[in-house]
Amino acid sequence: MHVTVDLGACQGHGVCHMSAPDVFELDETDGHAIVVADPVPAGLEADAQLGADSCPERAITVS
Amino acid sequence: MRIVVVGASLAGVRTVEGLRRRDSDADVVLVGAEPEADDGVAADRPPLSKAFLAGPGVEAPPLTSRERLGALGVGLVPGRAVDLDLDRRRVGLHGGESVAFDTLVVATGSTPRTVPGLEPRPGVFSLRTAADAAAIRAACTEGARVVVVGGGFIGAEIAWTLRQLGREVAVVEPLPALMIRGLGPELGAAFTRRHAAAGVDLHLGAGVAAIEGGERVEAVALTDGTVLPADVVVLGLGTVPETGWLVGSGLDLRDGVVCDERLAAVGVEGVWAAGDVVRWRHPRYGEDVRVEHWTNAVETAGVVAANLTGAPTVHDAVPYVWTDQLGGRLQVFGRVRPQDELRVVVGDLDGSFVALTGGDGLLRSVVGYGAVKALMPFRKLLLAGAGWDEALSAA
Repeated sequence: MHVTVDLGACQGHGVCHMSAPDVFELDETDGHAIVVADPVPAGLEADAQLGADSCPERAITVS
Repeated sequence: MRIVVVGASLAGVRTVEGLRRRDSDADVVLVGAEPEADDGVAADRPPLSKAFLAGPGVEAPPLTSRERLGALGVGLVPGRAVDLDLDRRRVGLHGGESVAFDTLVVATGSTPRTVPGLEPRPGVFSLRTAADAAAIRAACTEGARVVVVGGGFIGAEIAWTLRQLGREVAVVEPLPALMIRGLGPELGAAFTRRHAAAGVDLHLGAGVAAIEGGERVEAVALTDGTVLPADVVVLGLGTVPETGWLVGSGLDLRDGVVCDERLAAVGVEGVWAAGDVVRWRHPRYGEDVRVEHWTNAVETAGVVAANLTGAPTVHDAVPYVWTDQLGGRLQVFGRVRPQDELRVVVGDLDGSFVALTGGDGLLRSVVGYGAVKALMPFRKLLLAGAGWDEALSAA
């Protein structure tokens, strides 16, 4: 599984980091999501999907 | 096995998507009744009081489409549910049709509260749908004087958005501060000061006596005797769960559909609820709660989809809500209770900050403004059920 963040859409809610802290880190200054596990390890796929689903800006794509 | 999901807004759409993602092979039908959407499917609502309201040129993003639902093998039935027959397992639709189900998911959401004398009419708007937001946008032309009735999250956000456009905006709120139900008195007062500084004309502790004018709105008369000249009135009086169609069905209805920890309706078989409409026994709080936030709709949809695909799951998430106003983002995790103690642990209430509330020995909420990164460690403590002293010592 691959996961990408559209930084033009990301508004720094941080909800993805809450759902999947091992997949999404947050930028120190503006809270934008940073993918830290791509490809996503099998054990984190459900978390990554939840993080994508929970994004209020629909900025995260899972493929 | 046929699963019928009634309500094609966020909770309903995410439920059918979740069922398919979890490889449900059930026959899945989505019933939608969003006004002025020909497929009955709602737009994503958060932008409706933010960028879309400030438009034009901004689209209200659709939650899904006929094509996407078709590709998922989900049947879409545009129509308004008007009753439920649990014995015959059928949902009755406006116009006389009915839809048979084995399992039902109630996701009919909520609808703006109306108060006698404060009903929508020309010049007087509530805000729930994309059509509502477009109508408000069209009415708030340059020079329009706007009165927002209700100073909760939505009222305050609408006021800020319209103020940004340069409109004269007044807010009428019976409580002594804006957003006091969601933020408590101290944080509410801090944001009230910010709105005042931004030029929003605040009338707190006052109610609406009458909306004056004939064909056109001319003024709003307040209970304290003030008369506010107005061209547009926007009602932000909160919402009520859309359960009228379930009255008499046998479901336990008390400000929502009463459900257990897994979001199964109590006392009946094979009925679930998701989104604004569900009142469930929250494992974390040990009491029945109803939450009207965007994130809760997503989470409850995921919980219902899991439960319907053989993965028993309780809904114990910490509530999260955000609002964009005054140039920044306000984020609230957990529940701010009026009796709880408030501590500002990062920044100060006039700038960016993180504040905690605690009571009965526990950290109860984490509130941040313009401080998403700084609040994350506290949000983790909240999730972990940290004590109040522990949270303060982490500050």
